[in-house]
Amino acid sequence: MFAEILPLLSKALGETIYMVVVSMAIASAIGVPLGVFLHTTAKGQILENIFINQTIGSVVNAVRSIPFIILMVAIIPFTRFIVGSAIGTTAAIVPLVIASIPFIGRQVETSLKEVPAGLVEAALAMGATPAQIITKVLLPEAMPGIVSQLTTVIIALVGESAMAGAIGGGGLGDLAIRYGYQRFRPEVMLATVVVLIVLVQLVQFIGNTLAKRLDKR
Amino acid sequence: MIKLLGIEKIYNSPSGKVHALRGIDLEIARGEIYGIIGLSGAGKSTLVRCINMLERPTAGKVIVDGQDMTTLTESQLREARKNIGMIFQHFNLLSSATVYDNIAFPLKLSGMNSADIKKKVSPLLELVGLKDKAQQYPSQLSGGQKQRVGIARALASDPKILLCDEATSALDPQTTKSILELIKVINGNLSLTVVVITHEMQVIKELCDKVAVISDGIIAERGSVLNVFTNPQHEITKEFISVLLSNELPAAFRGNEVSQDRTPGSLLLLRLIFLGERADDPVLAKMIRTCKGVECTMLFGNLDEIHGVPFGRFIIGLSGEDDAINSALNFLGGEDVRVEVIGYVRRNSAAVE
Repeated sequence: MFAEILPLLSKALGETIYMVVVSMAIASAIGVPLGVFLHTTAKGQILENIFINQTIGSVVNAVRSIPFIILMVAIIPFTRFIVGSAIGTTAAIVPLVIASIPFIGRQVETSLKEVPAGLVEAALAMGATPAQIITKVLLPEAMPGIVSQLTTVIIALVGESAMAGAIGGGGLGDLAIRYGYQRFRPEVMLATVVVLIVLVQLVQFIGNTLAKRLDKR
Repeated sequence: MIKLLGIEKIYNSPSGKVHALRGIDLEIARGEIYGIIGLSGAGKSTLVRCINMLERPTAGKVIVDGQDMTTLTESQLREARKNIGMIFQHFNLLSSATVYDNIAFPLKLSGMNSADIKKKVSPLLELVGLKDKAQQYPSQLSGGQKQRVGIARALASDPKILLCDEATSALDPQTTKSILELIKVINGNLSLTVVVITHEMQVIKELCDKVAVISDGIIAERGSVLNVFTNPQHEITKEFISVLLSNELPAAFRGNEVSQDRTPGSLLLLRLIFLGERADDPVLAKMIRTCKGVECTMLFGNLDEIHGVPFGRFIIGLSGEDDAINSALNFLGGEDVRVEVIGYVRRNSAAVE
């Protein structure tokens, strides 16, 4: 029986990892700059622009207030437009990315806020440009915090990717529902849960180790 | 080197406008160490930030090395700031960078290559005595060592001016002393113009050539440190000085009524201030010899030095017949010593017994 579950499990795990890694990569590429933007355009910061800051800020809040399962269904037309289909593992990546961008943005913004204002002032006094302040002061100083925050985002993505299984996205969530729930196979359910727990623990452990190594404070 | 003309700074805060600086004129010559002292909230930090335009004045001109800083574009300003080093109360070092990389930071901003950076950073590490700490992180250093890194970083771009914003306020007295020594050495060797912001008179006394006392956004008093110390005019200045030089009466007289008229059993207390070579003159011995019938009691004495000039402060008590006392006062008036008559005060009865 175990021999029968194993291929199912490894395929589902592969799909989950694929969804999480690709979504995380795309969402970070947009979300980290978004976080930098939210921080640096806020009041008293180097690129202060309160109007744009509040506009983008309210869009971020709006997307964050939609529960993932609803967002996923609501943007099906958009997903179809991007990937050509609304069903499948790749299609699940679209809502995962959309949900993660504002999440990452706020998390990065929080980390950047913790960089003491004096450091930015010192860099300004040395004649640093805004771009240099972002790349040489804010991001390096906030890096341990950003790594911890992104770890949290990855774990949230593992959970959300399981929900994506509900609309035929594949992955561990899909396996648990189709085999474990609909076919009354509790051992499949249990195995899926165990794999998810191990996966999350592993991500958290790697994240913590990395953050600790980066932190020189 | 630095000329501030009619500097005003007004902040808009939720509770209304705050007038932080109200018309400051200040001139600082090349190579000078100029101290600006004031209580917190007096506007001194705002003032020093106007010099490198971290704070843009609401009105007035800031002329640094012949250049009006208020008219520069952003990129011209960035270049001009490279001529002005700054150190801070809380050091403001990058926690994620080593000592070496912190000092190299302004050079990296200017796009210098790593071989040239090394040539600049090594002597700076030597100057501040941190050669063996080059690869450590700021969190592994003491406060004094962190400020040394701050100083080395400020000097890396070969500035003509060094701004010190409460640079020793977070340090213990011993460490403060060594940092002040270092600043003095730098000022001497590199003929750097230094502006020192502080609330500690000790820093002004040990380090500065000139001082401006700032209070409520205006300069209440200014001049050479020696003059301001020995002859303060403004109340706030006297208060700052009294931290170092007590103005209290000796314990045996404290709390008793001071009268300008003679009362039985009281002594006429005088405060004498000797300056320069006069501090060594046997003025009091001469007075006792010259003015017969006057008794002189030494109640308090303190000899100090400001920039190598001896500076003595004494409180003496005179007693004797009116004529004798008057002749003593006349005698002292003719000597090169500052006399301040405190008045007639009785000794505490407990102290007599």
